[in-house]
Amino acid sequence: MNKIWLVMKREYVTRVRNKTFLLSTILLPLVMVLFITGAVFFAARPEGKKKIAVIDKKGSLENFLKGDTSKMIFDFNSGADTSNFSQKGFDGLLYAVDSTGQHFLLKTQKAASNETMDRLRDRLSNAYVSGKLLEKNITISQIDSINKASSSYYTVDNTDEKNKNVNSSVNAGIGFASGIIIYITMFIFGAMVMRGVMEEKTTRIAEVIISSVKPFQLMMGKILGIGAVGLTQMLLWIILIFLISTAAFTFLPSDVLEQVKNIQSNPGMMTSNPGQYSAAAKGIANLTNLNWPLIIGCFLFYFLGGYLFYSSLFAAVGSVVNEDPQEAQSLMFPIIMPIIFAFIIMSSNIDKPDSPVMVWASIIPFTSPIVMMGRLASSPPFWQIAVSMLSLVGGFILTTWLAGKIYRTGILLYGKKPSWKEMIKWVRRS
Amino acid sequence: MSLLEVQNLKKYFATQKAVDDISFSVNKGSIFGLLGPNGAGKTTLIRMITGIFYPDEGQILFDGRKFDPINDVVHIGYMPEERGLYKKMKIGEQAVYLAQLKGLKKSEAMAKIKEWFIKFEMQSWWTKKVEDLSKGMSQKLQFVTTVLHEPKLIILDEPFSGLDPVNSNLIKDEIYKLAQRGSTIIFSTHRMEQVEEICDHIVLVNKGQKILDGTVKGVKHQFKENLFSIGFEEVPQALNGNPPYEMVGTKDHQFIVKIKEGFKPADVLNYFLQQGAKIISFNEMLPSLSDIFIKLVEGTPLTRQFLPKETVE
Repeated sequence: MNKIWLVMKREYVTRVRNKTFLLSTILLPLVMVLFITGAVFFAARPEGKKKIAVIDKKGSLENFLKGDTSKMIFDFNSGADTSNFSQKGFDGLLYAVDSTGQHFLLKTQKAASNETMDRLRDRLSNAYVSGKLLEKNITISQIDSINKASSSYYTVDNTDEKNKNVNSSVNAGIGFASGIIIYITMFIFGAMVMRGVMEEKTTRIAEVIISSVKPFQLMMGKILGIGAVGLTQMLLWIILIFLISTAAFTFLPSDVLEQVKNIQSNPGMMTSNPGQYSAAAKGIANLTNLNWPLIIGCFLFYFLGGYLFYSSLFAAVGSVVNEDPQEAQSLMFPIIMPIIFAFIIMSSNIDKPDSPVMVWASIIPFTSPIVMMGRLASSPPFWQIAVSMLSLVGGFILTTWLAGKIYRTGILLYGKKPSWKEMIKWVRRS
Repeated sequence: MSLLEVQNLKKYFATQKAVDDISFSVNKGSIFGLLGPNGAGKTTLIRMITGIFYPDEGQILFDGRKFDPINDVVHIGYMPEERGLYKKMKIGEQAVYLAQLKGLKKSEAMAKIKEWFIKFEMQSWWTKKVEDLSKGMSQKLQFVTTVLHEPKLIILDEPFSGLDPVNSNLIKDEIYKLAQRGSTIIFSTHRMEQVEEICDHIVLVNKGQKILDGTVKGVKHQFKENLFSIGFEEVPQALNGNPPYEMVGTKDHQFIVKIKEGFKPADVLNYFLQQGAKIISFNEMLPSLSDIFIKLVEGTPLTRQFLPKETVE
């Protein structure tokens, strides 16, 4: 035990003292924050006004499309046609393509965005409703005022059993982000273990060490040491992100902060009278409403569990290959596959956190570290978390035992890469 | 009193018999030579003695008791033929780490390393990294880390390969000193001239089996061919009578002769004196270990033959 500790200490200290460790620990959260703000900035940037020429032979649209000019301006008397609308300064030309006058085509120079198309469809369906209402002797000004009021008259929010306001997209985002982080770090730290083992083997220090330490102790020490490096990095990241987001909080407009405080101090208000809060305030209140201790606790557990589950397998691969990194590729394939598979399951089912695929994948240890994180923000049943954690612990005990047997033989074996059959023999022997 | 006793040790791998029923014993405080051509099974044998491999059959007695790898490895220092150190680690820290793995306390290790570094004039290396060292330098470091914890048994696999004569001598002297202070040294090599020089006792293995066991002197006498070299002031011309020897060759002013069956060296001297030859030297020519080695190993294939798979499985 003392020797595992010595090996672990060396692995930890040499890595943490490394400059690249410090740099990546500080830079990654910064890059992440920059990336997120950049993405938000570009996504939130409104589209410009669109000028659209309309050829409306029946004249049934003109009165109803003219009203709101904030996003789209329609011109009914431009004289533009399909060949010259862009020269005349229009973004698009809308014209009927059949004799009924119900099917329209928007001709544009470049493909129109989804947003533009949705808006246009809305306007056309509104025009139809307005047309019908006009037939019932309701004036255009009355229709307009009803339309204006309709968008904000009824609002709807979602709340779960615990009377907490939930926002599934925020939850999904947090689950997804922590799943991705676990996915990436599993590769980073798994590969680190593998390279460490390969280094010991190729520099031939393994034989020196193994004459004073059991191979299993050397492997365990390395895995735990690098795991401690990973944990240190994660904790630093969590602290840094917390600090950065606290700093970002202070830059929020004061009225939003006021609303957030209101929601927090009086959660009932949210359900009884949600209309009075802005979307930003609701989003932030949502974040603060999440069960952060559970999420962070689970995150650290699944990071460590997943790491321990896979890193011993990476160590086994490192022990059987020689200098040639190419050899490692083919052996790594069966280890990488389930990790990628887990990521695919999580990302394609993130909006259905309680579907059978997600439930099973969040319990089976091959995929659970990533998939369970994806489900966590939507509060899965407690027993599922417990089963998932237990099977992960069982899983890594099994993989470590298995990898230890391969490692013990592989680390001293030079020359030809062993076949799968030989490695299975090593495991079954003794 | 033997420190190490190896009894009927066997280790078979899937395709070869690496060590096939080898027994020998190593006396306390002696320098023991483990010889053999490449692929003879020396490394496998050493790995069993250092507790890296478990023998398939047979047993090892260490210091009179059954060898217990977990507790006894701290009394063994092993320097493998393929040297290895962490390239990116500082030399001082590396030495401390390796000493700690052998059970030394940190402060103890530091003091001993400093002592050795001064002895080998390595003081200025402490904060350097292994990748900055030359091959010979890292070999000296490796030697220091092997003997630092004052093991009862030191196993050195080709300790002089890659060292210049000055550093070779430095290490050779240290090996003698360690033996004098009571450490037992197993010295594995195929460089015979070094063995003749330093070893008390040798064992020769080939193809996994022991083919020779004895003291250096004893082995040489066992394989002597009754050859003598006789130096003359002037090469005698006409020799008559019935000489008690056969001529093997001449070289400068020397005859190399083989004494015939039933005669003694004195008979040869008498013969020449009677002929009036002016003898200035008369030496027995013992075979070198190298000759014996080649003679014994010759004719057998250089490396182990791989057994056909069916016979093993």
